[in-house]
Amino acid sequence: MSKILIVAEHLNGQLNASTAKCVTAAGKLSPEAIDILVLAADAAGIAAQAAQIAGVSRVLTVERAENAQSLSAVLAPQVAKAAAGYSHVFGPSTTFGKDLMPRVAALLGVPQVSDLMEVVDAQTFKRPVYAGNAIVTVSAPAGAIVATVRTASFPAAAEGGGASVEALSLDVALPTHTRFVELKAGKSDRPDLQTASRVVSGGRALGSADSFRIIYSLADKLGAGVGASRAAVDAGYVPNDMQVGQTGKIIAPELYIAIGISGAIQHLTGIKDAGTIVAINKDAEAPIFEIADFGLVGDLFTLVPELEAALG
Amino acid sequence: MKILVGYKRVVDYNVRIQVKPDSSGVVTEGVKLSPNPFDEIALEEALRLREKGIASEVVVATIAPADAQAHLRNGLAMGANRAIHVVTDEVVQPLTAARILLKLIEKEQPGLVLLGKQAIDDDANQTGQMLAALWDRPQATFASEIVVDGQVARVTREVDAGLETIEIDLPAVVTTDLRLNEPRFIKLPDIMKAKSKPLETIALADLGVEAAAGLTASHYAAPAKRSKGVMVKDVAELVAALKAKGLV
Repeated sequence: MSKILIVAEHLNGQLNASTAKCVTAAGKLSPEAIDILVLAADAAGIAAQAAQIAGVSRVLTVERAENAQSLSAVLAPQVAKAAAGYSHVFGPSTTFGKDLMPRVAALLGVPQVSDLMEVVDAQTFKRPVYAGNAIVTVSAPAGAIVATVRTASFPAAAEGGGASVEALSLDVALPTHTRFVELKAGKSDRPDLQTASRVVSGGRALGSADSFRIIYSLADKLGAGVGASRAAVDAGYVPNDMQVGQTGKIIAPELYIAIGISGAIQHLTGIKDAGTIVAINKDAEAPIFEIADFGLVGDLFTLVPELEAALG
Repeated sequence: MKILVGYKRVVDYNVRIQVKPDSSGVVTEGVKLSPNPFDEIALEEALRLREKGIASEVVVATIAPADAQAHLRNGLAMGANRAIHVVTDEVVQPLTAARILLKLIEKEQPGLVLLGKQAIDDDANQTGQMLAALWDRPQATFASEIVVDGQVARVTREVDAGLETIEIDLPAVVTTDLRLNEPRFIKLPDIMKAKSKPLETIALADLGVEAAAGLTASHYAAPAKRSKGVMVKDVAELVAALKAKGLV
């Protein structure tokens, strides 16, 4: 039977939704236990949130001043130590997990399954390669199995759990060669792009940072998060943390509205798990229409305000 | 300071990837191969650090079959001083690649190792982090800015929450993200010059690296396709369709 340890992702005392998605992926193995590891300077609030996730057996906390920021060189030796006795160690395939988990795998001397998108059995998983243009089934060798879970492939586990919270003390020397300086967050009152149930994205056809106003306005009407294509980011219309696509954020909202986005492969890779895709573009031949559930051809500067008005 | 750059050869990003009919892999015979785009960014950054006088020498390294010499000449033409070719016909997975690169580090003693954040074939995004772990040195992944000041580097990282800056002691491993720089184009005279630059070949077997147990790939498939939906004629029809699905 499997015993799975999940490394919690958190920021400013809030548990990231990616953790509950890892719990869903872990549940597919029908394991004996799913435990969540919270590494933080002040873990109580985060642990309480993690204990709420249905299906979690125990929440283990490691409180150290060095864990105030998520520095992988500092966290990895602690995760590797805590992993003893577990058959699997999962983290989310977010920049947090992508940075941390391979370091953990190397310390454990095992390979990593990146972007786990489907569980076949306890040793066998599916994952995307070549920017999602092929899906490979891989089996892990004997030993602990370290994986990052592709968050767009699994819904968040429900709340309503009641896991116990236990403090863990790990005897691990931590390096001082890596130091946190600052985090410049893209501040926004809008729903988080990664977890929003609705997302409106703009592309290069917006033509300027100023024109993005109509995207924000429509998004606010829908209570949606705002994204952008790589072309719009590269053109400087919006900051890079808004980029949706293979090299940006991979998202799976219920409703995705792509405005003035032609639909380069790398963008489509980031949205193909969305529930319903709407595309508005003046070019009827744009590749985005090949995957859109609803397509509308025309001038976005006319259609977007019209759509906003029609939504009442 | 010497900079070691990982420089992998991959299927060109413009190639339309096709899964083999027997599901054993993707078609790589006869398709265009190119340097991994993230590794080109790593090499470009190394060259810029040399041009600023921070680095004295840039060494590109690849782990690939014998026919990858032209690939390394490409890196030399871009401006690297030397190349190292670890020759193997095996497909090398990230943990083994990290062990091989660690051997090269022991040999070359670089002050900085620059790698792409991922290769666009296996999309693993592991080798840099694994190398840093085995080397017991700092890692700064997804770099969009690198400022070297003596024995310390300040690296800005593209993370989901925005831009994170960390300070790392050198030597260290830094992996590059897309916006770090725009790699230069290779000029014809540089291709000629590259022919006379040193290119060392080492058989993997002579390096004394134990291959790590890896993942076994059993089946490749094309991704599930989204089917084409319907075109609506105007905003009213779109809103009606979204309302019918309970989405607005």
